[in-house]
Amino acid sequence: MVSAALDLASEAAGATLDVQGVSHRFVLHNEILPVLHDITLRAEPGSFVALLGASGCGKSTLLRLCAGLDRPRRGRLQMDGEEITRPHPSRVIMFQDPTLFPWRTVWDNAALGLEARGELRHGRGRVDEVLSLVGLDNFRRAYPHQLSGGMAQRVSLARALVNDPRLLLLDEPLGKLDSLTRLTMQGELTRLWQQRGFTVLMVTHDVEEALLMAQRVIVFSERPARIRADLRVELPYPRRRDDPELLRLRHEALGLLGLEAIW
Amino acid sequence: MSAIVSVNPAATQGIAALDDDVPRPRKLLAVAGLAWLGAAAAVLAWADTQEVARTDLLGTLAASLGGLLLLSWALGWIFPALARPGQWAPWLIVLATGLAAWETATAKLDLLPLPFFASPQAFLEVYTDDYPRLLDCLYHSVLLLAKGYLLGAAVGFVSGVALGWSTRIGYWVHPVLRLIGPLPATAWIPLAFFVFPTSASASVFLIALATWFPTTVLTWSGVASVQTAYYDVARTLGASQRFLVLKVAIPAALPHVFVGLFMGLGSSFAVLVVAEMLGVKSGLGWYLQWSQGWAAYANMYADLFIMALMCSTLITLLFRLRDHLLAWQKGMVQW
Ligand SMILES: Nc1ncnc2c1ncn2[C@@H]1O[C@H](COP(=O)(O)OP(=O)(O)OP(=O)(O)O)[C@@H](O)[C@H]1O
Ligand SMILES: [Mg+2]
Repeated sequence: MVSAALDLASEAAGATLDVQGVSHRFVLHNEILPVLHDITLRAEPGSFVALLGASGCGKSTLLRLCAGLDRPRRGRLQMDGEEITRPHPSRVIMFQDPTLFPWRTVWDNAALGLEARGELRHGRGRVDEVLSLVGLDNFRRAYPHQLSGGMAQRVSLARALVNDPRLLLLDEPLGKLDSLTRLTMQGELTRLWQQRGFTVLMVTHDVEEALLMAQRVIVFSERPARIRADLRVELPYPRRRDDPELLRLRHEALGLLGLEAIW
Repeated sequence: MSAIVSVNPAATQGIAALDDDVPRPRKLLAVAGLAWLGAAAAVLAWADTQEVARTDLLGTLAASLGGLLLLSWALGWIFPALARPGQWAPWLIVLATGLAAWETATAKLDLLPLPFFASPQAFLEVYTDDYPRLLDCLYHSVLLLAKGYLLGAAVGFVSGVALGWSTRIGYWVHPVLRLIGPLPATAWIPLAFFVFPTSASASVFLIALATWFPTTVLTWSGVASVQTAYYDVARTLGASQRFLVLKVAIPAALPHVFVGLFMGLGSSFAVLVVAEMLGVKSGLGWYLQWSQGWAAYANMYADLFIMALMCSTLITLLFRLRDHLLAWQKGMVQW
């Protein structure tokens, strides 16, 4: 059992994500809506990258492309040198909306990936483990309509974490949590990432959260999104939010987002 | 200002009533018991004008019901669960009054023309004297309905899922469905009885057809309206096509499927009665026709009553099944 767990961990080590010159657009009311413009970025194995940008600039769109749910209009996306053409359980995405299956209990929702791949028999313990990690031990048998917004989001996070992803794509994973749970979950997620070594690409609208958790913070421009800056956060974990370097970066990031005057 | 702060007295009373957790037997329950005893007395003591049998039985039944209600009211003071029928007390009172009025207008005073208006005794007599035939009819109706409905529901469900899932199947089946589906199943009766070797198989086909259409259409629309986000979630977690159909599309569409099944059950009742009137030698629909031929109106009413019970029971069973399978939904209609 122990050796199996270790194997999983080494197998699950982080993947390289390569985004090369990706542009994307939608057609909205017969008009072309450019959303991503020539995005190039590379996430090293086991790195933690955060994406910051104004609402509607195209962050979720980029994440869907990375997951293989949509194909880009231009450019290419690769994971470990292999073209991303369709979804694969080695890259798991946590959507902005929890989108839990209302007919499944919390436990069954979290177990969805294992069940879909026929691994449920060996993975029951994992489901329990992850549910207690997100603090939903007592709600295993609840249905989604019996949960609060923040709880639903934590189930959705658990559903992603149960699988052993090599690339974890998180779309505002903590967006609906109250500030206290949020602080705890930031710590838990960072710890989990350090422990398991997967690569993380996380969208957030919280500058401080990005700086507390990620090694790199990529700031997008307004739509169509271009990369405006790629900030490196070379601070040891666990980080303190009153660290002078962090405050300096915060100032810089807010400035890049056009919020200098407010700050 | 003070009006905002003041507490609504009715609301506080409501809270007090909630605290009162040992329900006392309702006075109305005793009234209902007395009402039934009164009806029984009228039946038994008053001489019949019409020539009817079973007066004693009717009186005894009414008196027993009255006695039971009084007993449950009395014992309800000790065992509150026994006073449960109390919630139906208003209904029971109205029914006792109705029985007394019906009895007066028919058997006692002979005010209503025979044979259209049968007395309660005549009604009762049908059950005591003709029950073997009625049971046989009920058995055959349920059997026929079950065959046709289950066949139609199964085929309808499968074709609905296929239509919703596969655009290629949809391409071929959709136009056929649109043209043929809305046609009432009864329109096929002449053809069906001609084409099928036995009238029994023709009846099964017609009932199945009536069930098939609503089940298919609603299953199809249910599957087609499943949020793509559900599929996205499952696909990114490594779900196969099979998993997407069985574990995503079908459970998500199930509330729609049940609407279709309910509609199908309704139309299958209609077809059942018509098909039985035309083609078979035993069944509640056949019994209707047969008793009408003999101008035996009491038999007809007795048959209608059984039919209503049967339909209502089947609908209830379907509701139970739905409640069981869709326990995850909130705010469901209680049947
Ligand atoms: N399927 C779609 N069809 C048409 N337009 C779309 C579609 N999906 C997204 N868009 C448009 O693309 C733009 C970017 O959307 P996206 O969801 O990527 O934004 P976002 O950066 O994640 O914003 P937020 O921070 O508010 O979540 C939006 O203007 C949106 O209207
Ligand atoms: Mg988004």
